[in-house]
Amino acid sequence: MSWWTPQVEAIAFALFQALVILIAAVGAGALLTMVERRLLGLWQDRYGPNRVGPFGVLQILADMLKILFKEDWIPPFADRTFFVLAPAIAMASLLLSFMIIPITPSWGVADLHIGLLFFFAMAGINVYAVLFGGWSSGNKYALLGAMRASAQTLSYEVFMGLSLMGVVAMAGSFNMREIVAAQETIWFIVPQFFGFCTFLVAGIAVTHRHPFDQPEAEQELADGYHIEYSGMKWGMFFIGEYVGIVLVSALMVTLFLGGWHGPWLPPIVWFLLKTTVFVGFFVLLRAALPRPRYDAVMSFGWKICLPLTLINLLVTGALILVFSPAGG
Amino acid sequence: MTDEATALIAEYWAVGLFTIAVFTLCALMIGAASLLGGRSYGRSKSLPFESGVVGTGNARQRFSVKFYLVAMLFVIFDIEAVFLFAWAVSVREVGWEGFAGAAVFIFILLAGLIYDSRVGALEWAPRKRGQSPDIVTDQ
Repeated sequence: MSWWTPQVEAIAFALFQALVILIAAVGAGALLTMVERRLLGLWQDRYGPNRVGPFGVLQILADMLKILFKEDWIPPFADRTFFVLAPAIAMASLLLSFMIIPITPSWGVADLHIGLLFFFAMAGINVYAVLFGGWSSGNKYALLGAMRASAQTLSYEVFMGLSLMGVVAMAGSFNMREIVAAQETIWFIVPQFFGFCTFLVAGIAVTHRHPFDQPEAEQELADGYHIEYSGMKWGMFFIGEYVGIVLVSALMVTLFLGGWHGPWLPPIVWFLLKTTVFVGFFVLLRAALPRPRYDAVMSFGWKICLPLTLINLLVTGALILVFSPAGG
Repeated sequence: MTDEATALIAEYWAVGLFTIAVFTLCALMIGAASLLGGRSYGRSKSLPFESGVVGTGNARQRFSVKFYLVAMLFVIFDIEAVFLFAWAVSVREVGWEGFAGAAVFIFILLAGLIYDSRVGALEWAPRKRGQSPDIVTDQ
């Protein structure tokens, strides 16, 4: 074939990669809805969904069918445009961030120089989903939930960026592949332990997971910002949340646990294994911890995590200059 | 065409396809659900959910000014964090001079944070009795 040149082949392979990564991300998010309920069941001494298919695997399919055929209700008192836009933002912003994650040396969608900054931008846009959803619902609970959620997410986003700057300083780049390459000898979780802890906290808060699920606070706010949502739009908020869990886990693996590096096994296995451990940790957190009070959550972010990340960055900078200055 | 140029073009295609696919997926999910779902009508269905009691007023109402304060603090600290991003990525190039600048900047930030905390800008719980009355925010 004359038109099938190496260039065309390279482009076709890149397109194929992009599609596979997207489907894997959405699939992982969907699978997690079932896995989480099973794991919670295990830890709470009950079964969880185990009726549909072997070990309840087909529960996802059943849920999806059910949710697709639910009434697609847009409340007459709601602002239609923003009401429809909000779940799409919730899902799209976090899905798009999967572009920057290098999965193996040869797999990954985009090799951006600004890699990490792209994730910060998308995490910033994700706040709008909650804000639009809560405001446009025309419900007092939703409004209060949205205000709480966005105030909390903003507070934790302030130091999310700073907590990763130690990693950036050590690798000398925002590029995810260079960050992974810099971890060939030692994983950044060792020299950047405080950065790891604070990013873990910020990551949980940004995905609104336990113990930072103030937005949902069902006892006080009857579900917060998505109270008026039902059917697929509600489902999209949740797929967004689960995609966020997978995304933050993958980011933590890439930034602090050496990405695909590891002995004996092929890179892809290491990457998936490490990511799975973090996803399991997210679910374990939900099973193990109670929800703290709102003022405790806010003051923890501002008074402990923010100063900690600032000092961590300063100390990291000093140590880099002492031990490995430019050209040294 | 060089290999690098090919790789770059392939990457652009992949990014484009990924972005379009994400938006298409979202549009499909919303579109399919609105076509497939049933419709039902009821007398009380068009009222905002209010835990079973009849609601009063609407949702366009005032809420605590505290949230506005958090938004302002976010703008201040996040913009200043962006300057530190630039320092972090070039820490080796700018050397000790850059470090001195960043240190001064970080200490000013910390001083601002301590000030905010002392004037009570970060307090959410109601004021305890016997606490000094110079706290400016009131719920």
